[in-house]
Amino acid sequence: MDEPQTIPVADQNRHAVFRTRGLRKTYVVGEVKIEALRGIDLDLYAGEFTVLLGASGSGKSTLLNILGGLDTPTAGTVHYVDHELGQANDRELTRFRREHVGFVFQFYNLIPSLTARENVAIVTEIASHPLTPEQALGVVGLGDRMDHFPAQLSGGEQQRVAIARAIAKNPDVLLCDEPTGALDSKTGILVLEALERVNHELGTTTVVITHNVVIAEMADRVIHLSDGRVSEITRNPARRPAHELRW
Amino acid sequence: MRMLDRKWLRELWQMRGQALAIALVIASGIATYILSRSTIDSLTYTQARFYHSTHFADVFDSLKRAPLAVTARIREIPGVARVDARVLAPVNLDVPDFPDPVSGLLLTLPESPGAPNQLYLRAGRLPGPDDNDSVVVNEAFAEAQHLKPGSHLAATINGRRKSLTVTGVVLSPEFVYLIRPGDFFPDYKRYGILWMNRQPLSAAYGMDGAFNNVVLSLAPGASVPAVIQQLDAVLERWGGVGAISREDQTSHHYLSEEIKQLRAQATIVPIIFMAVAAFLLNVVISRLIRQQRVPMAILKAFGYSNGAILLHYMKLVTGIVIVGSVIGIVAGGWLAHGLSNIYSEFFRYPYMYYVLRPGVALTAVAISALAAYAGTFNSVMHAAQLAPAQALHPESPPVFHESLLERAGVKRFLSQGGRMILRNISRRPLKSGLTVMGVAFSCAIVTMGGLFNDAVTYMIDVQFNRSQHADLIVTFTDTTPARALAEARSLPGVVMAEPMRAVPVRLRNSFRTYRTALQGYAQDGRLNELLNTDLQRVRIPPGGVLLADFLARRLGVEPGDYVTAEVLEGARRVVRIPVAGVVREFAGMNAYMSVDALNRLLPDDHGLSGVFLRVDPGMQKQIYSELKQRPKVAGVTIRSVAIRSFHELMAKNILIYAAVMLVLAGTIAFGVMYNSTRVAFSERAFELATLRVLGLTRREIGYILLGETGLLTLIAIPIGFLIGYGFSAYIAISLASTLYRVPVIIEPPTLGRAALVIILSAIASGLYVYYRLGRLDLVAVLKTRE
Repeated sequence: MDEPQTIPVADQNRHAVFRTRGLRKTYVVGEVKIEALRGIDLDLYAGEFTVLLGASGSGKSTLLNILGGLDTPTAGTVHYVDHELGQANDRELTRFRREHVGFVFQFYNLIPSLTARENVAIVTEIASHPLTPEQALGVVGLGDRMDHFPAQLSGGEQQRVAIARAIAKNPDVLLCDEPTGALDSKTGILVLEALERVNHELGTTTVVITHNVVIAEMADRVIHLSDGRVSEITRNPARRPAHELRW
Repeated sequence: MRMLDRKWLRELWQMRGQALAIALVIASGIATYILSRSTIDSLTYTQARFYHSTHFADVFDSLKRAPLAVTARIREIPGVARVDARVLAPVNLDVPDFPDPVSGLLLTLPESPGAPNQLYLRAGRLPGPDDNDSVVVNEAFAEAQHLKPGSHLAATINGRRKSLTVTGVVLSPEFVYLIRPGDFFPDYKRYGILWMNRQPLSAAYGMDGAFNNVVLSLAPGASVPAVIQQLDAVLERWGGVGAISREDQTSHHYLSEEIKQLRAQATIVPIIFMAVAAFLLNVVISRLIRQQRVPMAILKAFGYSNGAILLHYMKLVTGIVIVGSVIGIVAGGWLAHGLSNIYSEFFRYPYMYYVLRPGVALTAVAISALAAYAGTFNSVMHAAQLAPAQALHPESPPVFHESLLERAGVKRFLSQGGRMILRNISRRPLKSGLTVMGVAFSCAIVTMGGLFNDAVTYMIDVQFNRSQHADLIVTFTDTTPARALAEARSLPGVVMAEPMRAVPVRLRNSFRTYRTALQGYAQDGRLNELLNTDLQRVRIPPGGVLLADFLARRLGVEPGDYVTAEVLEGARRVVRIPVAGVVREFAGMNAYMSVDALNRLLPDDHGLSGVFLRVDPGMQKQIYSELKQRPKVAGVTIRSVAIRSFHELMAKNILIYAAVMLVLAGTIAFGVMYNSTRVAFSERAFELATLRVLGLTRREIGYILLGETGLLTLIAIPIGFLIGYGFSAYIAISLASTLYRVPVIIEPPTLGRAALVIILSAIASGLYVYYRLGRLDLVAVLKTRE
């Protein structure tokens, strides 16, 4: 396999879904000031599978939160297509999340009182062009467990329900925060396969954050973060299928 | 300070909102308990002190007339310590610048300083030995009529008008509670008690060297029934109507009833408050401990013992109990002072000792603490027994199932949010049930708070709109020839007049007896109608007697049975009369016959005790002044005044009582709602934040969170109505007495108000939690595990 190659931040020939410039985020926790992001310039392109790679504390989660409209930057700009997210208020951010973003969490965050189908339905009920819950669960290979409650599903199955929930609204972008972090490697790979299929079949722009270097091999581009800065951006000449990954 | 101690103090501070809400519920319970108990203690103690210092009599009797020499025979009865043979005269009073008829009682002053029923001088002085025109008057009457030492008024005694000068204002143990016989409510303006020297009163009333009333003080240990029996024997030939003990004396009886009512309150209301407080503590502490799993496991891993941790949480609870107790004791004391002031308007004591026994406060606190500890013990024990490793591990995801309602087919009508609400409720039926009960109980308390207002309004309506249609009730000084009726009819302005005869009797059915008045009304009379339990008019039968329902039950008779009536005046005939029916009465224990049938029982003496009048409203003043000049008229009860005096005196106090209940119940309702919504919020913050991240708006997750409390509230309200009705029925039964029976009447506005209090509490706590929803930390959700 070819070595990944370092590439510049922006590619003038492609259409950026997200564009950040000079993005900074400073938290004040008690009397301590934490600089989580120290000037991020980044473009994410339509249909791309991107991995944000970094150690704990590198700022990758903060970046994902700002991209997902859960947090606002202290300085700099962040554009989603033609919306400026940095200045949006709570109502606008809610609408942004509702219409454009699918989230996958490390700990699945399913609603325990709803079945797999209903966990998906709670999102499709508020979306404008959703898949049916059945279609979404079919994509992640759980068509036969739709009426199970979370407590009746394994961790991997729960995470796949979470992916189905995230994609069911037909989002423009899928943001995944350590989606395999709570799973063993075998189950983790099943989950990654589901993400791969979503990206491939639905063409959803996908961003996965992880500290697991192996996962980076399945991405189009890998953005390395350390200490609140983009330290390197590499492009994989060829994406490695998820089922070939081992860790 | 040791670390664990610092921890619980900080935790108490962190949960101060909820802790305060619980403390307020505890405080409500303690305050109610202290309020009732210390008012009972204060009234009992004040009563005992006043009775003791004024030598309140043990036995009372009225008679026709006996020579004073008979007192020597009474003194010889074993057990009798002191005797006061008195003259008691019903009088009509003429107060300057007050046109309404005023009646009263004129009594001889107590014989000697040691005699029973001494007067307590509030102002002025007692009449001197040779003061023939001087009187002292009871304080309530003096206040209502602005009488002071030096004021003048006139009395018509036995048809003779006598001018009197007030020398003093007094209180008497006999008239602590003062109500004109036959009246519903006290009317201090129109009924007064006066005392004067024996000589002038005897002369005016034709009782020279005689007496018609006697009061006795007994030696310690003397048997009251034995003395009564011998006294009755001595006085029988002098027209004695039968002696009564202190328990049956009107004023004392009312006081006892009031204390009995307070006692019923002191039992039931605090129990409700305490139960709710215990429930709240239980919920909050189990939630706290669920959140404390990790720190607790760390403490245990470091080697802190189960005992130390148990103690730790007990201290936390103790902190809440202490705050609640302090607030409760202060508020209870304050309310009790307020209540004493209200009582001093009805019960005329020269002083009101405020008694708060340390034992009462301690009991209240102990009950609260016990309820609190009982509520927390289980969850604390559960936590303390957890192995550290187990506690360090996060709790497994809760298991849910479809709710019963969904399986019954409701599911397809429900949104996902609706399903979440139903499943959360049905997953923990006990917790949901407890929330419903907590809310229902507060709803019940407000409902119960409206009982007296609704019941008394109903009683007034029945009494004055359906039963009593007479504008005036005129009572005569003694039995008056039947032609008085024709005379009354001929008075200008009188539209209608009907006869009334009242005869003291002892009714008997085997061993059960009751002393009452047998009342004779016109058989087809319209001015005072008797009603059955459905409030339909009951016609007075030509023969036979109608009994008040409570009296019939007391005697154990039903329509068709016979009762024995011993007439307590005149020839003292004993007759058997068939019970023709039962009538509904809220006050008194009366028996009714047609006036003709009654007169047939008393062949020696055909007469009237009074008349019912309907009058031309424009002629009232003339009729009053006409009646005032009639020597035989002992008193006039004016319907409109009776209604008004109710509104002036009773309504205010009933409203205060209802307001206090409203505040206490509102506190509980808010405490329950606030806590259960808060608990639901923190238990589900994670889930709700997830939904926010997924793009649901604050309003949408607000619906999911508050919908649960809202639904439980809606379920709780009708249950609260039922419980409130049950409590009201219990209170009504435990208060039923020979004096009055409170019907269980709860009107729709009371239910509406109860529902409103609950809904407003729900909205208030919902708004607070809704505001908190806006500050959910969405970012934390991505990284933390529940």
